Amino acid sequence: MATAVERFDEKARQTFERFGKTEVYVGELPRHPVYTRFLHWMVALFFFLALFSGFGIYLPWLFRWFTPIFGGGPLSRAMHPWFGLFFCLFFGLQVLNWLGPMRWTKADSHWIRNLKTQVMGTEKLDPPDTGFFNGGQKLQFWEIVIGCVIYLITGIILWAGAPTFGRLTVAVSYVLHDISALIMLGGIFIHIYLSTFGEPGTFQAMTRGAVSEAWAWTFHPAWYKEVTGRDPRQAYEEARRQMLAKRT
Amino acid sequence: MSDRKTLQTEMISAHPGPVPGAGVQRDLEVCKLVDTTTCIGCKACEVACVEWNDMPFSATTFDNTHQTMPETRWNFWNLIKFNEHQREDGTIQWLMRKDQCMHCADPGCLRACPADGAIVKYSNGIVDFNQENCIGCEYCVSGCPFNIPKFNPATKKVYKCTLCSDRVGQGLEPACIKACPTGCLKFGTKEDMKFVAETRAKQLRDHFGFEKAGVYDPQSVGGTHVIYVLHDATQPELYGNLPRNPQIPWSYTIWKWLAKPVLGTFALFGLLGVCLHYVTIGPRRPQPEPPKKEGSDGNRG
Repeated sequence: MATAVERFDEKARQTFERFGKTEVYVGELPRHPVYTRFLHWMVALFFFLALFSGFGIYLPWLFRWFTPIFGGGPLSRAMHPWFGLFFCLFFGLQVLNWLGPMRWTKADSHWIRNLKTQVMGTEKLDPPDTGFFNGGQKLQFWEIVIGCVIYLITGIILWAGAPTFGRLTVAVSYVLHDISALIMLGGIFIHIYLSTFGEPGTFQAMTRGAVSEAWAWTFHPAWYKEVTGRDPRQAYEEARRQMLAKRT
Repeated sequence: MSDRKTLQTEMISAHPGPVPGAGVQRDLEVCKLVDTTTCIGCKACEVACVEWNDMPFSATTFDNTHQTMPETRWNFWNLIKFNEHQREDGTIQWLMRKDQCMHCADPGCLRACPADGAIVKYSNGIVDFNQENCIGCEYCVSGCPFNIPKFNPATKKVYKCTLCSDRVGQGLEPACIKACPTGCLKFGTKEDMKFVAETRAKQLRDHFGFEKAGVYDPQSVGGTHVIYVLHDATQPELYGNLPRNPQIPWSYTIWKWLAKPVLGTFALFGLLGVCLHYVTIGPRRPQPEPPKKEGSDGNRG
């Protein structure tokens, strides 16, 4: 299946791998290649530019202190569509990059059903069939895909305005655009929390590109098994025995 | 108008009974009356508007009519619309209508505007834009049923007719009224103008053979502070797309008064939720963790 899109995607990955590097220390596994990390941070940059310039348009009486960053309210408004366009562009590339690993599987439905034990912290290890991405990550990914489609359609309508698309179309587009933004904003709180404070050891996956083996067998056991060939539960038990032996 | 009311007492502390002088002064709403039946299309009002508001030159567009340009612009707020209408008997009627902001009692632009203080409606009925608070989002353009607010790409803000609020505040009539040579433009209280308009419409019906003559004061936006006398009030569309039943998109009401605050609060609860999760349940660490101290995990299930 050597389509032009896949060839482009593969070439981009190789090019970025030549210029950047992913250092993997003993006891670690490589997780995200340079190209993925680059796209992630470009998406993040333009997401926040679009978010902060959007705040000033959404509720000026509450968020007008965001607007000086962009040179005032009218300039925030003028630049917001461009930020959004680049956000969608880079996320579109990420979609191509991640289309394979983000495919929904039975294990993801299983993961979602087990969500409560994870949120409440009663189960320390993720379900053994959890792969490279878990159900929650895939859910958020596809939410952003849908959100980007809504952003693009309604955003272009709002950009061209009422003279082109009619008053009612524009008025409804504002509502959809904002609802999509609020859902994404709610999701981004969870995303940032889990990748930093909520699950320590995760953040380095997107900075250095490597994670510890313990992190892998805890949160993505099926992926751990796939790349190391070892059983995640056994590896965990072994590490636990070693830790206890060292303490006594 | 407003300056005379500034020192009128509205409330008095520890005072039994009504405030002395309350309700003795009428709260007047102003109104501009445009009698399309006596307009001769001289465009004096267009010039007066540009002059008084000190607007830069705006190049005209010739499209084989007497109309100055296709529609109003950010620097051209007052436009006479020329329309040729062929009646059923084959004769031609030349319809001229002064197009400008209608100063609705329920302004769609104000309803749609998200910016604090960018659009105000005075108690005398004038709807005015305060450009210093405008963020140029153009929500008002979609809110307006009359296609009036216009965006200036240079300043990135929106402009429209002010009903000469600066003149009216000093007890003067708007510039267009002052310039009108035929008296087809009149200015006064809404009550008086409605009376004059209805009288004129009756005159047209009874003595001039315009059986459908009437007053245009659309109630779907709560009435307007610019009203028209039309030869044929049943077909306002003939006068350059004057909407028969102007509507404000329903989504603005739901969105601004319900969805925005409610969903915005939910999004903030998301932030609160993850913070609470961290301090109560705590993070999930890669396993194995070092064993906990005896008794430190006492009340966890």
